Amino acid sequence: MPISAPDYYFLDELYTEEELLVRQTVRDFTDSEVLPIIEDAYQKGIFPMHLAQKLADLGLFGITIDEKYGGAGANYTCYGLAMQELERGDSGVRSFASVQNSLVMFPINQYGSEEIKMKWLPKLARAEAIGCFGLTEPDFGSNPGGMVTNAKKIDGGYLLNGAKMWITNGTLADLAVVWAKLDGVVTGFLVEKGMKGFTAPEMHGKHSLRASVTSELIFDDVEIPDGNRLNINGLKGPLSCLTRARYGIQYGVIGAAMSVYESSLDYSKSRIQFGKPIAGFQIVQEKLVWMLTEITKAQLVAWRLGRLMDEGRATPQQVSFAKRNNVDIAIQAARISRDIHGANGILGEYPVMRHAANLESVRTYEGTHDIHTLILGNDITGISAFE
Amino acid sequence: MNILVCVSRVPDTTTRILVGPDGKTADKTGVKFVLNPFDEFALEEGLRLREKNGGSVTAVTVAGEVAKDILRTSLAMGADKVAIIKTENEFDSYFTAQNLAEFASNRAFDIILLGKQSIDYDSLQIPAYLGELLGIPSIGVVSKLQIEGNNVSAERDIEGGKEIVSAQLPCIISAQKGLNEPRYPKLPDIMKAKSKPIEEVAAIDCQPRTTILEMSIPSKKRAGVILDGSDGSLDKLVTLLHEEAKVI
Repeated sequence: MPISAPDYYFLDELYTEEELLVRQTVRDFTDSEVLPIIEDAYQKGIFPMHLAQKLADLGLFGITIDEKYGGAGANYTCYGLAMQELERGDSGVRSFASVQNSLVMFPINQYGSEEIKMKWLPKLARAEAIGCFGLTEPDFGSNPGGMVTNAKKIDGGYLLNGAKMWITNGTLADLAVVWAKLDGVVTGFLVEKGMKGFTAPEMHGKHSLRASVTSELIFDDVEIPDGNRLNINGLKGPLSCLTRARYGIQYGVIGAAMSVYESSLDYSKSRIQFGKPIAGFQIVQEKLVWMLTEITKAQLVAWRLGRLMDEGRATPQQVSFAKRNNVDIAIQAARISRDIHGANGILGEYPVMRHAANLESVRTYEGTHDIHTLILGNDITGISAFE
Repeated sequence: MNILVCVSRVPDTTTRILVGPDGKTADKTGVKFVLNPFDEFALEEGLRLREKNGGSVTAVTVAGEVAKDILRTSLAMGADKVAIIKTENEFDSYFTAQNLAEFASNRAFDIILLGKQSIDYDSLQIPAYLGELLGIPSIGVVSKLQIEGNNVSAERDIEGGKEIVSAQLPCIISAQKGLNEPRYPKLPDIMKAKSKPIEEVAAIDCQPRTTILEMSIPSKKRAGVILDGSDGSLDKLVTLLHEEAKVI
């Protein structure tokens, strides 16, 4: 059934025709291509790989990248709305698109040589190549600057050693954007599938993001040619990628929140207890109103941040604000929604538990909820609580 | 092949419609509008015919300025040209058909495609009107279409079965669900559609032949009562039919 997405404050009027058309396109795509298959994929713990080509055909890889490189040449608002609609399907599908767009194509476009851009961007846009992003390590999550993965200059290139963990799409990827220290300074390298000494085993046993592949990346004396180094030094390289991905996430999770809200509204109006629909009980109405209020506020935050991104004025702290808030209200909405659905809420027949479980990962990756709190705390007080 | 597709802008099926204070028009506050789903089948068929035979697809609508959004959608899906026959007044099917016929009459279209109905007013009149006004065959509710040269073979959905009819180009085809699977507009095409021109044509003066007197929302369905199959419930059924439903 097509959804009637909540727009309580007529916020659609803030968007342009083409932005709404992008949203409608991805909304229809999610309804017909994602929702019918996602629960099964989630239960089986696999990413529905056939979606990659379909996402590429729609132009969802390289949304903000110039057409010259195979991108759609759209703005960040379009990118955000597309992520929202994909995550209304599943956070795993949105994660796939986030990685390809913000963590792989963005750094190649921003920091790659013209040769690298021409070689990889069109392939990534067409899903002929899938990318992944290696920053987090087993012992360095919130503190990426402490990474131990390192590169040494050798004749004609670099020798890469170390390991990355929690890498979305790692096992599927043809290309990894890997951050490593060269003479103590963080810099980026493109590591290609099949390079000697590079392996990417899948991590198993997840209770969250089950329709998404999560991997380790292991580098054992991997020789990287000179041409595969990105032209950026320092943590600002990977952080600039994360800012874009976090921006997509803060829009994306609104989709998950919309999904659980819609399901709650439907369910509570049709579930009869004590002779009337449970939507008629005050405690359920309070839950529904809380969800709608928080979704509407999150929609406004997302819209404004989109405009700031498009004007090139958004600060990383503003992105932290939105990621922190919107993921938080989405996960709370999912938990409340599970309550409203009662025992039915744990079944795959409803999207609620899947979103709730997914959002546990989303709350943690790309900067945990608490780290974003400290980023904002630092910004308003001028005192860092983590350094 | 010179292809015309007539499109209309209708409320999204998930939108809750309310009647305006005048009791004659729909209240458009907060209502989402989309390209009429049956017109999407028509447009898709037009695009496929162009891909097979070459030529060009023009999408046209009779509407106010706001309907330019569905023309952008048509461009993003792949229409070559779009036009709006502009009117800001309320109008009926006759007005729409007269204006579409006027638009089509001097442009030598080989085929005119449109949805079998618009899901807002559901008049189902335009395909037949157009055929009459243009003096060409009109085949309605088509779920399969084959064209070889000038020969058209169309499969129609009829009550309880199918009917296959033939005609010659130029002709009018109204699209039924199942005719095809409409494509999604691609993001790069949505971006390109932004800068393409929309031809504006003033609507011809033509008096509508019908007037809406009143519009109302269907009364709410009463909640049903389910009785078990026991003998005792038979008596209850008779009582309910007699006293509640008042049918016996």
